[in-house]
Amino acid sequence: MRSRHDVIVVGAGHNGLVTACYLARAGLDVLVLERNAYVGGAAVSRSLYDGFTYSNCSYVCSLLRTEIIRTLELPRFGLQIIPYEGGCTLMRGGGHLALYDNHDALRREFARHSRRDAESYDRFVRDMLRHCRFIKPLLLRTPPDPTSLRTRDLRELMWLGGHFNRLGEERLYDTLRFFTMSCADMLEEYFESEIVKAHLAGSSIIGTALGPRSPGSAYVLLHHYMGSIDGAVGAWGFARGGMGAITRALAASLEASGGAVRADAPVERILARNGRATGVVLAGGEEIRAAVVVSNLDVKRTFLESIEAKELPGEFLEQVRNFKIRGSSGKLNIALDGLPLFPAIPQDSPATRGDMHVTDTLDMLERGYDDWKEGRWSRSPYVDMLIPSQIDPTMAPDGKHYMSVFVQYCPYRLADGAWTAEKRQAFGNTVIDAIARHSPNFRDLILHAEIRTPQDIENEVGLTEGNIFQGELTFDQLLFNRPIPGYAQYRAPLAGLYLCGASTHPGGGVMGAPGANAAREILRDLGRDL
Amino acid sequence: MATTSEPHYRRPLLPTPFHARARALAQSDAFIPWAGYTTVDVFTTAEQEYFAIRNAASVYDLTPMVKYRIAGADALRFLNRLLTRDIGKLRPGRVAYGVWCNDAGHLIDDGTVFCLGAGEYRLCTAERQLDWLLDSAIGFDVAISEVTEEVAALALQGPTSYSVLRKAGVAGVERLKPFELGNFTVPAAGDAPLMVSRTGFTGDLGYELWMQPKDAAAVWDVLMEAGRTRGIRAIGSRALNIARIEAGFVLPNVDFIPSERTVFIGTERSPLELGLAWLVDFGKGHFTGRRALLEEQRRGSRRRLVGLDIEGTKPAHNALLYSDRALRRQAGSVTSAAWSPTTKRNLALAMVDAPHFSTGSTLWAEIYLNRELVWERRVVRARVVERPFFAPERRRVTPPAEF
Repeated sequence: MRSRHDVIVVGAGHNGLVTACYLARAGLDVLVLERNAYVGGAAVSRSLYDGFTYSNCSYVCSLLRTEIIRTLELPRFGLQIIPYEGGCTLMRGGGHLALYDNHDALRREFARHSRRDAESYDRFVRDMLRHCRFIKPLLLRTPPDPTSLRTRDLRELMWLGGHFNRLGEERLYDTLRFFTMSCADMLEEYFESEIVKAHLAGSSIIGTALGPRSPGSAYVLLHHYMGSIDGAVGAWGFARGGMGAITRALAASLEASGGAVRADAPVERILARNGRATGVVLAGGEEIRAAVVVSNLDVKRTFLESIEAKELPGEFLEQVRNFKIRGSSGKLNIALDGLPLFPAIPQDSPATRGDMHVTDTLDMLERGYDDWKEGRWSRSPYVDMLIPSQIDPTMAPDGKHYMSVFVQYCPYRLADGAWTAEKRQAFGNTVIDAIARHSPNFRDLILHAEIRTPQDIENEVGLTEGNIFQGELTFDQLLFNRPIPGYAQYRAPLAGLYLCGASTHPGGGVMGAPGANAAREILRDLGRDL
Repeated sequence: MATTSEPHYRRPLLPTPFHARARALAQSDAFIPWAGYTTVDVFTTAEQEYFAIRNAASVYDLTPMVKYRIAGADALRFLNRLLTRDIGKLRPGRVAYGVWCNDAGHLIDDGTVFCLGAGEYRLCTAERQLDWLLDSAIGFDVAISEVTEEVAALALQGPTSYSVLRKAGVAGVERLKPFELGNFTVPAAGDAPLMVSRTGFTGDLGYELWMQPKDAAAVWDVLMEAGRTRGIRAIGSRALNIARIEAGFVLPNVDFIPSERTVFIGTERSPLELGLAWLVDFGKGHFTGRRALLEEQRRGSRRRLVGLDIEGTKPAHNALLYSDRALRRQAGSVTSAAWSPTTKRNLALAMVDAPHFSTGSTLWAEIYLNRELVWERRVVRARVVERPFFAPERRRVTPPAEF
């Protein structure tokens, strides 16, 4: 293996692979180094129980930009994304609210809880679409530096100003309010029914160390809304074969363009000399040189753990230390011997063929957050629970099912001391109990369960505190403030070193936009076209 | 209530109380969703059905029209704040067409207000908007509820519609003037109560019949029997659409997008832009959107819905309009188009930019012709003409002529 490349990408997560793909397509010699034995970072499909495939970390897809899917020819390399067919929240006391694709079915379903909310929902969707239309053009653009007088920044700032201006007075007010308000306040402007609010609020706290009543949580909801599947904005779906299908397709696309991925190659340190990145050294001591080093790691792991502090400015490092990146999510992956029964859901309703939840009031969600603040996992956790094998036949043997359970909130640090195997099991049991309250045969169907705390996610994937977004999506950490003011354009304070992970604009989710934006900036510095 | 035993997640659309009757006549099996109900687009052919409207009598199932009951001591004050028109002039037993806006003067919907008695109204709308109505009702002593499922409705339209009603034994309808309503019974349908309003969406002589869902099938049968020798025909939405274009009526989601639904910037429309200034009464006191509409009136509208008479016979569906024959300057687009079998004109409603509003202005329409999959582009002259395109005297004559 050659020890010199044009570009080294540290970490084969989806963003690292996206950057690598674009750079390889521009003719550069790109090597991606992955510490795990498998590629994908937090977008992986793994088999931990015979015959079953788990989407171990990220589990559903919407945000991955269509532009990236097309340019990198991911369908040619096996990527297929299939939309949900339903969704629901199961209520204490046996009721439910289902989400249906058909507009009339949906309206009548909402009307079972509130006729007024059934109609407000259209207005809510309209406003979310308006916000999405505003934010979408920002995703694949590099944020301008508002303090810079460079022509390019001024031009981008002008564009941004114009973009705001085109909203018109009324929508400008709405947009500014929206970015700073809490999800609960926002939903209460539309809805009267608790169950409707609770169902919709879930997206505002997923992966986030905020409660539904925390300012800034409304934006997180939008962040989960701005994706699309085949033009259906806000739609979510399954990657056929699990989320690893995305990174597998990216790796195949990379190889087809002449790039390479090396697994089992943990980077010990990024090397620097005279204010310039020069390559990396692997855990075994092997040195690999490159003029360009791109880190797919989060901003803390990159600058606090992978580079010697003496190579970096002090204030910058202080800002990195202050970057908010809090672990708040856990995950269960469960192999089931059959389809669990949910007696609240009518037998032939598609409500189970999408995201299922058990949190039926905003207060219950907020109480779950209170537990996290106290340093314990939510006693009544919010779960985003899916059974992909109902839609995707490749995930489990015939008649058996794979269930993915995302859990909010689960702390990285427990108030009562370190995580132990017993505590992990107790956390898992809390989640299983929460589901079993709505499904009498659920517990008996469990063949295997992988239980993952934020600490497990950090240990395995390398995400600091197991934060799935590589940093909170709060307004102070968005756009030109992400990750660090003055360093939002994917360049590190070291020449030749770049960030391409979700710590950068536009943030987390399996979106690929940070990776594509970083590639564009790198190529600009190299005087090449994308 | 018009319900079905099948749950909404299996069959999202409801049947109307006339569904079984319509089903039996719907030879073409062309059903379309309308406001949560399954309704007929075409029974036999749209052309045959159209001539029932203009030559004889047509029956159109109006049940999906969204209906609200608005009642209380402040019902009038509420409606006068909601609508741009002065509802204070609406006496019991009368119906008024009106529109309503948001604060920005953008259209939310259009509809008809029925004054059923002192402090009691029915509002018929295209869109469901309970949340808007309830929000607007805060501070008023008024109760608002949706009654769509409690009222079955038919439009009986066409030159012989009056004769059909007479023959059906509905005594007293001859006294109804346009926009008047009355309460009657249908003796042959077990004395079923029937509210009749002389209203409609065809611009022709016609009535709208409002009844209890349980009487719906019987009333349908009585009408069909009474009209058998008067050319009565069940019609679907496609035929009605030709007639409403001839009458120059606008359709929400076709000629404008209700502002509660617009996502793009600048796609909202005001009543002034839709050519509905006659429905805006600045002198009646405050109403929602008044300030914005006054401002629009002061500075002039940037665009307006106009009627077009287009060269040739090919309907100009979705055609772009230009101010020059070379198609360099776009000046608007067609929102509704139809060949008019009665006036023998190629008609369209179009949203055009200033200054092309005035009758006689000439625009150029870009039309695509499909000649057995060989597509050709035509650039044809489109003249701004007066609306309505067709307004027969018979629509107003009271009592109507007998046939």
